[in-house]
Amino acid sequence: MLRLILRRCAEAIPALFAIATITFFMVRLAPGGPFSSEKNTDPSVLASLNAHYGLDKPLYVQYGLYMFKALQGDLGPSFKYPGRSVNEIIAGAFPVSLELGLLAISIALVCGMSAGLLASLRPRSLLDHIPMTIAMTGMCVPTFVLGPILVLGLGLGLQLFPVSGWNGPLDRVLPSLTLAAPYAAYIARLMRGGMLDVLPKDFIRTARAKGVSEIGIILRHALRGGVGPVVSFLGPASAGIITGSFVIETIFAIPGLGRFFVLAAFNRDYTMILGCVLFYATLIILLNLLVDILLAWINPRLRGAS
Amino acid sequence: MLRGWHYLKFSSICLVGLCLFGCGAKKTAVERGNKAQILHLGNQTEPQDLDPHIVTGEPELHIISALLEGLVTEDPKDLRPIPGVAQSWDVSPDLKTYTFHVRSNALWSNGDRVTAGDFVYSCKRVLSPALGSEYAYMLFCVVNAEAYHSKKIATFDSVGVSARNDSTLIVNLAQPTPYFLALLSHTAWQPVHKATIEKYGAIDARGTAWTRPGNFVGNGAFVLKSWVLNKEIVVEKNSRYWDAQTVRLAEIHFYPIESSLTEERAFRAGQLHTTANVPPNKIAEYRLTSPKLLHVDPYLATYYYLFNVHRPPFDNVCVRKSLAMAIDRKSIADNICKGGQLPAFNFTPPGTAGFTATAHLTENLDSAKALLALAGFPDGKGFPKVELLYNTSELHQTIAQALQEMWKKNLNVDIQLVNQEWKVYLDAQKRKDYFISRAGWSGDYVDPNTFLDLWVTGGGNNRAGWSSPRYDSLINASRGALSQTLRFACYQQAESLLTSEMPILPIYFYVSSHLRATSVKGWYGTILDRHPYKYVWLDDQ
Repeated sequence: MLRLILRRCAEAIPALFAIATITFFMVRLAPGGPFSSEKNTDPSVLASLNAHYGLDKPLYVQYGLYMFKALQGDLGPSFKYPGRSVNEIIAGAFPVSLELGLLAISIALVCGMSAGLLASLRPRSLLDHIPMTIAMTGMCVPTFVLGPILVLGLGLGLQLFPVSGWNGPLDRVLPSLTLAAPYAAYIARLMRGGMLDVLPKDFIRTARAKGVSEIGIILRHALRGGVGPVVSFLGPASAGIITGSFVIETIFAIPGLGRFFVLAAFNRDYTMILGCVLFYATLIILLNLLVDILLAWINPRLRGAS
Repeated sequence: MLRGWHYLKFSSICLVGLCLFGCGAKKTAVERGNKAQILHLGNQTEPQDLDPHIVTGEPELHIISALLEGLVTEDPKDLRPIPGVAQSWDVSPDLKTYTFHVRSNALWSNGDRVTAGDFVYSCKRVLSPALGSEYAYMLFCVVNAEAYHSKKIATFDSVGVSARNDSTLIVNLAQPTPYFLALLSHTAWQPVHKATIEKYGAIDARGTAWTRPGNFVGNGAFVLKSWVLNKEIVVEKNSRYWDAQTVRLAEIHFYPIESSLTEERAFRAGQLHTTANVPPNKIAEYRLTSPKLLHVDPYLATYYYLFNVHRPPFDNVCVRKSLAMAIDRKSIADNICKGGQLPAFNFTPPGTAGFTATAHLTENLDSAKALLALAGFPDGKGFPKVELLYNTSELHQTIAQALQEMWKKNLNVDIQLVNQEWKVYLDAQKRKDYFISRAGWSGDYVDPNTFLDLWVTGGGNNRAGWSSPRYDSLINASRGALSQTLRFACYQQAESLLTSEMPILPIYFYVSSHLRATSVKGWYGTILDRHPYKYVWLDDQ
């Protein structure tokens, strides 16, 4: 297990280096700059701004300086928000995205796994068709449609939850549900598939022959094998949920990192784009590593292979 | 079976309980705010910073106007300059020297007195080249200000801003500037507290921590209480403000809500007193169902298209005029914008500081066809392939498509549409890599000069590349004019020249639209969409 962790960490370093390098030069190739605006900027002001942020230096020098500072954990100042560093913005906004993501993934896991499990117990019956139809609908309805529908129904209609903001616990409900819905649907289908693969296996039949109760068979024997596809999906799903909440953050006015990331690209806020890409890349690598460890823990055969 | 029935019963009771809890008599933020005089405002985006000498956007300006006060402030109804930190001022007969008398009871939020020296220091800061203030040009009307900013002179002593004593500030202008007092409301003219600036960095240091809550020292009607990134900025009443008895609000909460749809829903749920915008497709509904909540007012900005006058066929004035005459502006304003925008037949919005252009472009299909034929393209035959550039936006796209169709139908001219991302579009426009390009211009201050100054030869914002010595001389003459009548006569001729040369195609004049709770009082629609908060209050009845 330790070897697996060390190997993955060693692989992560060149990957992050390559990501940083490619992103650095790609954002510089994009037309327009961080200080271009509809109103003309005086050339002397532009020169001052470029000098302040080191943009007057040759590109390779800028690259060297950026990498040197990034290695020390300094992601530089934001070009769009003059008083803030990228580190400060990420430190302020990421906990919000993380909380939203964790809530959403918890909801997705609970709802998705329950629905999938239920559907797999009576395949091709109503118990299968109903949750799977809902799951398919959940996958098809985009969040920018589902979000406003939930707001209209539960927020403005029944007035159960606030429609925007991020203050009390009730504020968390609608955005978490909206973000969780497509993932819950996908997890439900994966769970059903995984269980249907496992349930006809010999060891289940043996357990049943030995008189183990149906609940015992499912919880103690089948679930461990059936949950494999869901766990494999957790890595990319967690990364997607935590990094891809831009739409949800906009619909519900949530102060998360997703909005900063996307707007940084529009604003050509070079350091902010690079900082977010590096941060998210590290996060995704870590999440995938966690999933591999979890899979190895669940499946002894994988543990031997690692 | 029985267990299932109990479970269902229990769930139903829980659900009903939750509904009752949710639908209960819990008051909304607006209702609570009305009682406690706390105003909840939608403010579009997260502010770049709260440094008046660095920021450029409207959302920042709204917050800074609560935190800082300049020599003059604005009348809440018509934005006319009225005494602020300066209780009065004298103007020399040649209109070049302004003597401001700073009131003795004007204090910073830490208790220090606001002095004339603070304004000298602030001007020096804005003009410091290393600060990179994008609005430094707002001070260029002052003697030697531009020279100091461009490092042509090294010391600030020769710049025309000086303090005779703590109470007297003298500003010498390079030439008469009739709109000078209107300029003073701009953030570039706001004072900053010297000791606070220098506690966190040099005079010309960008992005220091002086604007953070706890550090910020201001002289406005409100002080900075808290700032949570991308969530909320709270300002509270400044008890040391010289006119504190006029201020009735206890707090203002500014929310950076970018989506107008989200903002509208928050308003409906009672989370906001006013919104920064209204989604265009909701305007008709509000007009019909809740007209008291909808407020649409003229805004000092023009939506127009630029012709690249250096690229054929737009180097020919007949082609430019023909295209400008062959569209239906009213239909665009009524059917696409839907917010009460006014069709624009000239460039400066009507009634800008009392100026309304008399020169008007006429929409005339026969004349448009005749002009196109005169340019060598009878019935559109032989008209080259040209493109219309606009930045990604549903509104810009719909307008471009409507014009494309009008030109095809009316003149038999094919125009291709090109959609580019904002910064790419700006880059293309700046390089003049376009045939026709969408553009918009909003005034920095209430005077026709902020519009007509745009088209002088070599002007940084003259992205049409148009040049007319006569136009330049008219704008120059307006600057030297000592009377309003003479100055406006110059502007009338300038507008007339623009209409006959048509380097731009005006489409409509903007409006500002808001949803505003009926409890908000002392808030008036103004042409710059500014609302001095010291006069605003909330009616709890």
